[in-house]
Amino acid sequence: MKNAMVLTTCPTPLAAASENRDQLKIVIVGHIDHGKSTLVGRIFHDTGSLPEGKLEQITAQCKKRGMPFEWSFLMDALQAERDQGITIDTTQIWFKTARRDYCIIDAPGHREFLKNMITGAAASEAALLLIDAEEGVREQSKRHGYLLHLLGIKQVAVVVNKMDRVGYDPVKFDAIVKEYGAYLKSIGVEEFTFIPISAREGDMVVERGQYLDWYDGKTVIETLDAFKNLPAPTEQPLRFPVQDVYKFDERRIIAGRIESGTLRVGDTVLISPSNHTIRVKSIEHFGGEAKSVAFAGESVGITLEDQLFVERGNVISHEAHPPALVRKLSARLFWLGKNPLVKGKRYKVKINTAEFQAELAEVRHVIDTDALGQHVTEEVARNQVAEVVFTLRGLAAVDDYNELERGGRFVIIEDYDIVGGGIISLKGVIDLRSGSREVKSSNITGVDFRITPEQRALANGHRGGILWFTGLSGSGKSTLALELQQRLFNKGYQVYVLDGDNIRQGLNADLGFAPEDRSENIRRVGEVAALFARAGFIVISAFISPYKEDRRRARACAPEYFNNVYIKADVATCEKRDVKGLYKKARAGEIEEFTGISAPYEEPENPELAVDTRTQSVEESIAVLMEYVERQFVSPVKELTNQGGI
Amino acid sequence: MDHLEKLEAQSIYIFREAFYAVDKKKLAMLWSFGKDSTVMIWLARKAFFGRIPFPLIHCDTGLEMDEVYAYRDRYVKEWELDFISQECPPLEETDPTLPWAARVASRKTLGLRQVVEQRGFTAIMAGIRRDEEGTRAKERYFSPRGADNSWDVKEQPPEFWDQFKTDFPPGTSLRIHPLLHWTEADIWLYVQRENIPMVPLYYARPYGAFEGRDFGGQMMRFRSIGEKGITWPTPSDADTIEKIIEELQTTRTSERSGRPMGADEDESAFERLRAAGYM
Repeated sequence: MKNAMVLTTCPTPLAAASENRDQLKIVIVGHIDHGKSTLVGRIFHDTGSLPEGKLEQITAQCKKRGMPFEWSFLMDALQAERDQGITIDTTQIWFKTARRDYCIIDAPGHREFLKNMITGAAASEAALLLIDAEEGVREQSKRHGYLLHLLGIKQVAVVVNKMDRVGYDPVKFDAIVKEYGAYLKSIGVEEFTFIPISAREGDMVVERGQYLDWYDGKTVIETLDAFKNLPAPTEQPLRFPVQDVYKFDERRIIAGRIESGTLRVGDTVLISPSNHTIRVKSIEHFGGEAKSVAFAGESVGITLEDQLFVERGNVISHEAHPPALVRKLSARLFWLGKNPLVKGKRYKVKINTAEFQAELAEVRHVIDTDALGQHVTEEVARNQVAEVVFTLRGLAAVDDYNELERGGRFVIIEDYDIVGGGIISLKGVIDLRSGSREVKSSNITGVDFRITPEQRALANGHRGGILWFTGLSGSGKSTLALELQQRLFNKGYQVYVLDGDNIRQGLNADLGFAPEDRSENIRRVGEVAALFARAGFIVISAFISPYKEDRRRARACAPEYFNNVYIKADVATCEKRDVKGLYKKARAGEIEEFTGISAPYEEPENPELAVDTRTQSVEESIAVLMEYVERQFVSPVKELTNQGGI
Repeated sequence: MDHLEKLEAQSIYIFREAFYAVDKKKLAMLWSFGKDSTVMIWLARKAFFGRIPFPLIHCDTGLEMDEVYAYRDRYVKEWELDFISQECPPLEETDPTLPWAARVASRKTLGLRQVVEQRGFTAIMAGIRRDEEGTRAKERYFSPRGADNSWDVKEQPPEFWDQFKTDFPPGTSLRIHPLLHWTEADIWLYVQRENIPMVPLYYARPYGAFEGRDFGGQMMRFRSIGEKGITWPTPSDADTIEKIIEELQTTRTSERSGRPMGADEDESAFERLRAAGYM
């Protein structure tokens, strides 16, 4: 590395030296050994961009290793890579043409290094995809093409290399154009070109050469020069994800980068997910004149006209075109993790600056990028692409990737590492913002966003409700309550059991077992159950609650949520079970006013559900309860979402 | 936005991500007084609206050029910087198998290790650029280091859509590179546009006898500034920023040609230095 690779020469006369020129980032991808590094070497050589002595140095290095001249040494800076002869990590190199400056990103073609290929490709505005004319289309050729499309790279030229090896035969070239062109069309790529070249011999790279006169399209360099610099998305809806909030002095500055759109001082903006609106007081910046407008791409800071709780992860938009608020992410993703992505497992999802705990709710299918088939599976393996659904803890402000790229992509983090990336689809997903009421920003709490029961139900996938178990001691209330809770929890439902253990020790610690205390006990449980139900939970209360009047009062706390479930077993059966030995004590007179022995149990006359534990096993009883929960709490939500699907 | 505005916005974004992700007391930035780390200071002041909310470290071998020390003393005051000057351990403590010039350079690595240990820094921001040389071209913006500050180039985290590796198990140390995507020419175009003061050594003047060598009075300048005895001026007529920018459009010699760091003797020397924690 006597000469480092600062390649800043231009083969053609430059305009004014002080010109602040455009730079285009292009990635070179393709199957291993299809000639990526050779092409880069050829471009540099033929445009006169090689630094002084570099050619001699590469020659010397190759000689030292006893191998033929290898262009890839120009790119592959690390000894480890030179020894292995493969590009391990993405690397960048700069050159320029008369038209503009280029940053070439060389991405590894080896399947092992997909994360590095993604790292390189995601930073690019255009791509050259290499295919070996002799070997033809390989699995990685398709995978890379698919990933370029998924990453949103729309300017792609397919370079058919090593034409010298096939005698510059147009038939070979046409066959690849036909096969790979069909593949690109099938995955939805609309614009692409094919260029036949020989990087080793220098045909159709910078010079046209003499053997490819049957091809009348552009050379590689002409193709690069024809690519466009993508304009910043200033015309799209405003998305300003909050990166941080600074209070270095008297100003409270909300810092971040405008991902899309335009922001002006005096604009009324909407904060998501809190749904507050507020006016922009200033656009702050250090050095230079005050700004009244900021555009997509700019890292800025703003102040607001009012005190309002804003934090990292919030998304600022205009009221007219807000992002959707969702709790489910329906996405297409590529998975880079060492461990597979598994249904039911918890991950962290990052959408711009916002972070969410998330659970993989569903693997719709894994996409075979080669044959484009779909596999149904519960997990996604490393280097696979899949369509999945995540359930988020929290409300995310997102966009459909196809509508607004920067608001519609996310990464997944597991054990501190970025292990995948995905693009969001809002097709058929309900925007939880609808139905939310506009709240004026004069309320400074930031939490007065009115959430309707429907919104909670949509978020949880079920309605809130109370399963009020009643029955004798030993009838099976606690057993069934705990088992049902476990089953519902496993399905991802919000569920909680209220029983003597968690109520008597805290909330009702001041109550004894006298009739008025028992009555008060049940009244309070009724109120607590109502709160849980309104919070969206399925709450199971497991108290004997022997008196009709008490149960009536409990129902009155939240009649729309209340379901009386009679856990039915007669005294004889319960006494025979006597798990806690209470009946024995009651018979011995050690417990006073024991329901069924020395105090009455008033049977419910019209319970919503009766579960007979005398004739049914626990499993059978649970089945009855599960069926009831699905019918009462889940189906109505499914019907609601079927109008849009979630 | 023009090219420089894009570069600036990206660097500011990275500064802010770093400041958010890292424990505020454990973040520091290196300042060598060279063009790159000085541009970083400029960008950090913009990112944080005038005041840099973390300290700047210089690892001092005592061998900086005189103009460099003068520059330091002036701008530490003028820019109100929280500045740490760390004395580097002597040459005897460096790896004796490295070429001599690389050993001089690796004193800085040892000095950095000391200050990091003493002050408990877990994240260090450095002004390296991908275009400087091949191993740096493979760097990430957020680059985790091993317990011994080593860099595992084969197992680098993916970095895309401006999502960086900002989650770490306790005890991990981190290098953050807000200038990674800039080139040498970008730096000078930005220095020109923002009118950032630079050490005068960057501008060409006649050099005669200098640090034990005799250049016979030819016009020369430093393209990269380092220690006395291992960094040399290269022939150039560029005595203004405009001329430097013009020179960079046509030069075919590398930025670090006046600063071989032993790579002229051993092609892997710099890679070894970097893997051991050199910036």
